[in-house]
Amino acid sequence: MANIISDETIEYVGILAKLELSDEEKEQAKKDMGRMLDYIDKLGELDTTGVEPMSHVFPVENVFREDVVTNGDTREELLTNAPGEKDGMFMVPRTFE
Amino acid sequence: MDLAQMTAVELSAAIREKKVTVREAVEASLDAIAKREESLNCYVTVDREGALQRADEVQKKIDDGTLTGPLAGVPVAVKDNMCTKGMLTTCSSKILGNFVPTFTADAVIRLEEAGAVILGKTNMDEFAMGSTTETSAYGVTRNPWNEGHVPGGSSGGSAAAVAAGECFFALGSDTGGSIRQPASFCGVVGMKPTYGTVSRYGLIAYGSSLDQIGPLCKDVTDCAAILEIIAGHDPKDSTSMKRDDTDFTSALQEDVAGMKIGIPRDYFGEGLDPEVKASVLAAAELLKAKGAVVEEFDLSLVDYAIPAYYTIAAAEASSNLERFDGIKYGYRAEDCEELHKMYKKTRSQGFGAEVKRRIMLGSFVLSSGYYDAYYLKALRVKALIKKAFDDAFSRYDVILGPAAPTTAPELGKSLQDPIQMYLGDIYTISVNLAGLPGITVPCGVDSKGLPIGVQLIGDCFREKKLLRMAYTYEKARGPFGLDKEGR
Amino acid sequence: MAREYETVIGLEVHVELATRTKIFCGCSTAFGGEPNTHTCPVCTGMPGSLPVLNKKVLEYAVAVGLAANCKITRYCKFDRKNYFYPDNPQNYQISQLYLPICRDGYVEITTESGTKKVGIHEIHMEEDAGKLIHDEWEDCTLVDYNRSGVPLIEIVSEPDMRNADEVIAYLEKLRLMIQYLGASDCKLQEGSMRADVNLSVREVGAKEFGTRTEMKNLNSFRAIARAIEGERERQIDLLEAGEAVVQETRRWDDGKGVSYTMRSKEDAQDYRYFPDPDLTPVHVSDEWLEQIRAAQPEFREEKMERYRREFDIPDYDIEIITGAKRMADLFEETVALGTEPKKVSNWLMGETMRLMKETETDAADLCFSPEHLAKLISLVDAKAITNTVAKEVFEVMFAKDIDPESYVEEKGLKTVNDEGELRSTVERVIAENPQSVSDYLGGKEKAIGFLVGQTMKAMKGKADPGSVNALLKELLSKLQA
Repeated sequence: MANIISDETIEYVGILAKLELSDEEKEQAKKDMGRMLDYIDKLGELDTTGVEPMSHVFPVENVFREDVVTNGDTREELLTNAPGEKDGMFMVPRTFE
Repeated sequence: MDLAQMTAVELSAAIREKKVTVREAVEASLDAIAKREESLNCYVTVDREGALQRADEVQKKIDDGTLTGPLAGVPVAVKDNMCTKGMLTTCSSKILGNFVPTFTADAVIRLEEAGAVILGKTNMDEFAMGSTTETSAYGVTRNPWNEGHVPGGSSGGSAAAVAAGECFFALGSDTGGSIRQPASFCGVVGMKPTYGTVSRYGLIAYGSSLDQIGPLCKDVTDCAAILEIIAGHDPKDSTSMKRDDTDFTSALQEDVAGMKIGIPRDYFGEGLDPEVKASVLAAAELLKAKGAVVEEFDLSLVDYAIPAYYTIAAAEASSNLERFDGIKYGYRAEDCEELHKMYKKTRSQGFGAEVKRRIMLGSFVLSSGYYDAYYLKALRVKALIKKAFDDAFSRYDVILGPAAPTTAPELGKSLQDPIQMYLGDIYTISVNLAGLPGITVPCGVDSKGLPIGVQLIGDCFREKKLLRMAYTYEKARGPFGLDKEGR
Repeated sequence: MAREYETVIGLEVHVELATRTKIFCGCSTAFGGEPNTHTCPVCTGMPGSLPVLNKKVLEYAVAVGLAANCKITRYCKFDRKNYFYPDNPQNYQISQLYLPICRDGYVEITTESGTKKVGIHEIHMEEDAGKLIHDEWEDCTLVDYNRSGVPLIEIVSEPDMRNADEVIAYLEKLRLMIQYLGASDCKLQEGSMRADVNLSVREVGAKEFGTRTEMKNLNSFRAIARAIEGERERQIDLLEAGEAVVQETRRWDDGKGVSYTMRSKEDAQDYRYFPDPDLTPVHVSDEWLEQIRAAQPEFREEKMERYRREFDIPDYDIEIITGAKRMADLFEETVALGTEPKKVSNWLMGETMRLMKETETDAADLCFSPEHLAKLISLVDAKAITNTVAKEVFEVMFAKDIDPESYVEEKGLKTVNDEGELRSTVERVIAENPQSVSDYLGGKEKAIGFLVGQTMKAMKGKADPGSVNALLKELLSKLQA
């Protein structure tokens, strides 16, 4: 395996992705990611010099909305799925120190 | 009258002719559900009362002449990653276990307006990540042809429901083969339209640049009729295309004389099951007999599609799935006093292993120092793959090949080795990278009695060529189906 | 000998654009709604929702870019900036990293030490975040997404500024330019203009920049000036003590006059930017660019030039009036109604400025209409009301834009031209103030001022001071005789 994924990398990616893995999952993730990256490294075989990265397949551009208010108050609906709610707002654990 | 034998288009004609009521049609589906659902598990949610009530409403509109279209009164199942207002929408994930959308996906609205009756929401691989429907948090779906096998995925619930008569047709979504492969495994017709043909508004995103909604149905006629209804420009989806050629049913002609079919040699090499190979090549022979010109060619770059796809899809997915954080909807882990702990616990408990695997990979390939080497590289390879198809379509009307290397694998055999599982997508994935339309049509059964599908791939916006060829093939092939195969 | 340090400052200025709707959905951007009442699936990150770009946002961004002498990116894209925080419902912000709409511009600023150019590195479009409110009772945070998705432009300067004066001159310049464009009201206090200060210090003469910090939460010019001074000193102290400045984001507490680090271990600062697959690229064609260019308004310098040509008012007045778009509009529109420019200018320079200072009102919030100001001036001209009354009426107009004519009528504030009433009041004042009368008669001419004042007071200001003066003199001269 060419790509060795370190504990630090898994830890770091876990912070980015907001995932907390058990030790067992971490070991598995290190293995999986290493293998996947080995596999993805295959792309390196292709010479892509001068090739523009293609995000959109079709050259569609300038898709706009006009600046007109179309939405009304749908707060009640919005909050029906909220795991925590108070005073018409979403309630989350404290973010202030 | 045996309703189970009918296609969607036949059923709606019978309803219009007052041979059947909408309620009877819905009850036929509900009966099939009652009979088989316990073992098959095609649905996450069945809305029995809602469907029956809606049946009566639709009946009235058919009777008073408001609804006249080819799907009026037809019971339909919708993959559980499309938002349905007031109806649970889970993406087969624990993290959306209690999520009830406040709006309905554009494609589903179009079906409702055409008078289709929604029976419920079908099971899938969690967030459409998988090829077997085994990553669902709500249990596996079994293949109606052989319950020891998977139905394919990620739209496995939709494909199995159509095959088992638990609905008359279904909507699926296809990011890397998620309509075409399960259609092939379950012996039904499945189509992924050109990217941008069906609005993605209300489709819970996996890989936004690859996702497309499409039909899973009993035959090519249904496929064209359904696509005609769900296709159309949607100003709410910036990637939705303005097309004036969505009269797809006009393409249902039995005529392929002079049409050029390219058979990529790269699709018939190592890894392809010999029975699948023989069956797919026989389909090509049949089309040749109908007047098509068949030629082998080298598509090239086939081996690079999977690594490019998994890089792009995982990157987009890692970002698309960030919104599932326990704040606005869905699952929230208990007893978290601290914000970041809440995020981590919620997401770690709410997502399954395959989803986490792809989120981790996607976050990594986008992270500082790797973006160019992995993500941009994959987008460059995508450009090359698109070009390879452009070249091919300058010579051929349609590319013909298998939909998957094998028929449906046994339950529980696929998830241990992710790379092996990803390799199963080899014939479907590049179609998504290049934004092309693709259709699978059943073309046989293997010695285990499992169905095989032939995949036809068209150039962008050339669904009509695909439909015409698929229709001609289907007519030449003759009847096919679970019931017709004597099972 | 103590080392000498130079401060190097660059600014990241966020400006909320004055569109009616949000950047990617049709929700209102109006202030002051109940929490979460200006929201929809798009701006609250509901699964399945998709963004569609508000065309006006792009036009405003291009207009600002043109005004700031930028190159307009003809083919620009949106990128996702990924980070988890509750005010960011998708946990990514749609912004622009790789191809921002404007690049490589500059604005000219003038301070006591002269005129200089401040480079604009780039201007990009992005969406604003929601608001977090701390709930003391439950000890939790509440989230309101009304501001989520409000369009912003971020104007990133080059590190071209060296002190707080330059920073404030730069901000004033941007603010005025953007207000003139009508692209934003740019109010620091309300957060429609927000400045983050990137600051480093280096020894005078050094070629390399020092390590910089980013200071946030600066919501007044005063806070910005104080934060710059505070951060400069903090960094110099560190360097003098042989310690290194850490590159980090800090939060300014203006009440305490200190800043705090905003770092945390859960904050990796790795935003994983990538092009947003849900949005298509924007192509600004030549024609479109020309349309936007042609629609650019007259900016301050041109306006000042024209005022000098067209109106006979002092340079000082011109400077003040053109110093705020709303002021200049009020001036021009009132003059257009046929009012004498100097008189309009006097009202703006005098009473308006006085009341603005007194009530801490921003020029952008001046509510009285040019029509009403013109009416007020013509009431004075026609001697229908006295200056004293006019000032009273203006105070009411300033607060709630009443029609001065009907107000004067209603409250009976018209100047009393009844000779009889005036005469009897003057006679009474003379009778009640024998000391002043004898002072005046004894040669202290100034004493008449007091008597005029007393008469005006008795008349509740409704008399013409000229007439009062004349009548007093007449009656007093009779006493003398």
